[in-house]
Amino acid sequence: MPTPAVAPLATDTLIDASAVDYLIVAIYFAFVLGIGVMARRQVSESIDFFLSGRSLPAWVTGLAFVSANLGAVEIMGMSATGAEIGMPTVHYFWIGAIPAMLFLGVVMMPFYYGSKVRSVPEFMFRRFGTGAHLVNSISFAVAQLLIAGINLFLLGTVIQALLGWPLLVALLVAAGVVLSYITLGGLSAAIYNEVLQFFVIVAALLPLTLLGLDRVGGWGGLQEKITDAAADNPDTAPAAAQLNSWPGNALSGFDSDLLSVVGIVFGLGFVLSFGYWTTNFVEVQRAMASNSISSARKTPIIGAFPKMFVPFITILPGMIAAVLVAEIAQKKAGETVEGGAGGTVQYNDSLLYLMRDLLPNGLLGMAIAGLLAAFMAGMAANISAFNTVFSYDLWERYVVRDRPDGYYLAVGRLATVAATLIAIGTAYLATNFSNIMDYLQTLFGFFNAPLFATFILGMFWKRMTPTAGWVGLVAGTASAVTVAFLTEDAFGSWSTGLIPVGGQGAAFLAAATAFVVDIVLSVVVSLVTAPKPAAELKGLVWSETPREDLVDPDEASYPWYRRTLPLAGVALAMVVVLNVAF
Amino acid sequence: MNQSRNQTSAASPRRHTAGLFDIRTIIGALLVVYGVILALMGLFADPETDKTGGVNANLWTGVVLLVAGLLFVGWARLRPVVVPTDTGGAETGSAPPSNH
Repeated sequence: MPTPAVAPLATDTLIDASAVDYLIVAIYFAFVLGIGVMARRQVSESIDFFLSGRSLPAWVTGLAFVSANLGAVEIMGMSATGAEIGMPTVHYFWIGAIPAMLFLGVVMMPFYYGSKVRSVPEFMFRRFGTGAHLVNSISFAVAQLLIAGINLFLLGTVIQALLGWPLLVALLVAAGVVLSYITLGGLSAAIYNEVLQFFVIVAALLPLTLLGLDRVGGWGGLQEKITDAAADNPDTAPAAAQLNSWPGNALSGFDSDLLSVVGIVFGLGFVLSFGYWTTNFVEVQRAMASNSISSARKTPIIGAFPKMFVPFITILPGMIAAVLVAEIAQKKAGETVEGGAGGTVQYNDSLLYLMRDLLPNGLLGMAIAGLLAAFMAGMAANISAFNTVFSYDLWERYVVRDRPDGYYLAVGRLATVAATLIAIGTAYLATNFSNIMDYLQTLFGFFNAPLFATFILGMFWKRMTPTAGWVGLVAGTASAVTVAFLTEDAFGSWSTGLIPVGGQGAAFLAAATAFVVDIVLSVVVSLVTAPKPAAELKGLVWSETPREDLVDPDEASYPWYRRTLPLAGVALAMVVVLNVAF
Repeated sequence: MNQSRNQTSAASPRRHTAGLFDIRTIIGALLVVYGVILALMGLFADPETDKTGGVNANLWTGVVLLVAGLLFVGWARLRPVVVPTDTGGAETGSAPPSNH
């Protein structure tokens, strides 16, 4: 009776890992938990737990800023979208992320850092008062739980691919590991881990990409193979659309080139990305942990440099997988293939299959460690942001006031446990989507687009009233949800299809609607309600804040490569070059 | 805990630096460990050239990681982070032991 229970289990695993691979993964976890234990010795007051005592240098927070986002979104989502539609996916980086990150560093960050708020909802409270604050805190907390679910789902699929465990077991184990390291060390440990995983993931994805390119015969070979595949399957996007980033019809889902460009620049580039990067506290929290206003401003700008090159190790492997991996090529040809993490092969599985086909044992272990680390970091970032907002913005302000610091720290730890449990539930929502990027963009449209509209109007228009603050947010989110229901597939199977837009164009449309509705209603409501006195708006509204409060007096003495504006200029020039080149 | 801290301080003359908690030391150490493992795999295990297309991927990646890791450790040693005593933040190696 030679172990009948184990043999079928082993053949079910997507990836065939050896002892060395497990050793490499184990070493990573030893490092991660070691950081947690070391960081714990340093945690004394609540400000330490939540904002790392504002003592980290800019390059650390800058890398953490990108790494907090280098989780599910970048790695699985981007390679999935790359496999599906090719080059237009780069718009998420070069039109989407970079300009918004630079804007955050140059314009928004001085307000955040200077006002010493601990969260974006807290900023809303000081600018607009209770209504907007409550709406924003709740919607932010919900969004974090949903996004943590995506990260957990992906983490679970990697564990499943590796060990062949059922998804539920994989989810529980993954949740346990994430929980242990957040509660051990707080934000310091989370930020250190994010920087660490950044290097591991790059060290794993770079060889994967190079090997893949080598196998398909370089960029020229890849172009040829994609062209051949597209010619064989007229249902997929034509080869020219897959190999050039503009006009990106395959990404936006619009037939017209002009509409597609407008949709990408306004919907993705402006509303979704500016909304995401400038108001997402998961990201902003990283910058707030830096040691000066100059470092805080440089955080997203330093992050922009590695971010620019992330597409080459995420989207490119996805495109390679679509021609090199038999299962993904069949999926793209319109077939239903058995296998993958969820029973049938999805684009989400592209990277795992590519790893299986290209990496020898050893490198494979490092790639697995990198993926596990990235999803853990992503989820930990969501959970720690949830925990900050829940304990300070909701619990302290609306439920139990005026307790000692230790009390809120304890509430924060409990909130972490609760959030992790809820994320196991929301992970199942993510299983409804073949490409998790669609789901993620839909969520961003609901939560970030109206927030950005309210934020930007409130920051530059001192007349905007507290009532307009919350009315705009509620109406914006409601309109985005409505649009998502009316499109073909923004809500997965729940959408009705009344508006004939699908794919990510549907998410762009929902976001743009939310933005416009929010702005229009905010202006109308502001004109008929009473504004806050100008004296209360210092540090919160551009025109009421003295310029010297917004800059670091020391910064003028730094060399150019340590100053905010020259760095931002260099980043902008580089991203323009990338846009023209591809 | 205090004992180990004191030992660290005694072993190194740079008492006011981030020491082992310097992120560069941690990154460097991890990359060196991974580099050594991968290089050994490349030298002694099956290079699985049918997957990689003829390249000894483990060996090359291992060597690159080893060099990168050593550079990080070297950087941390040559330009240690000096932490101001009053912040008492994440990188402190200099806060008075009574804080802990």
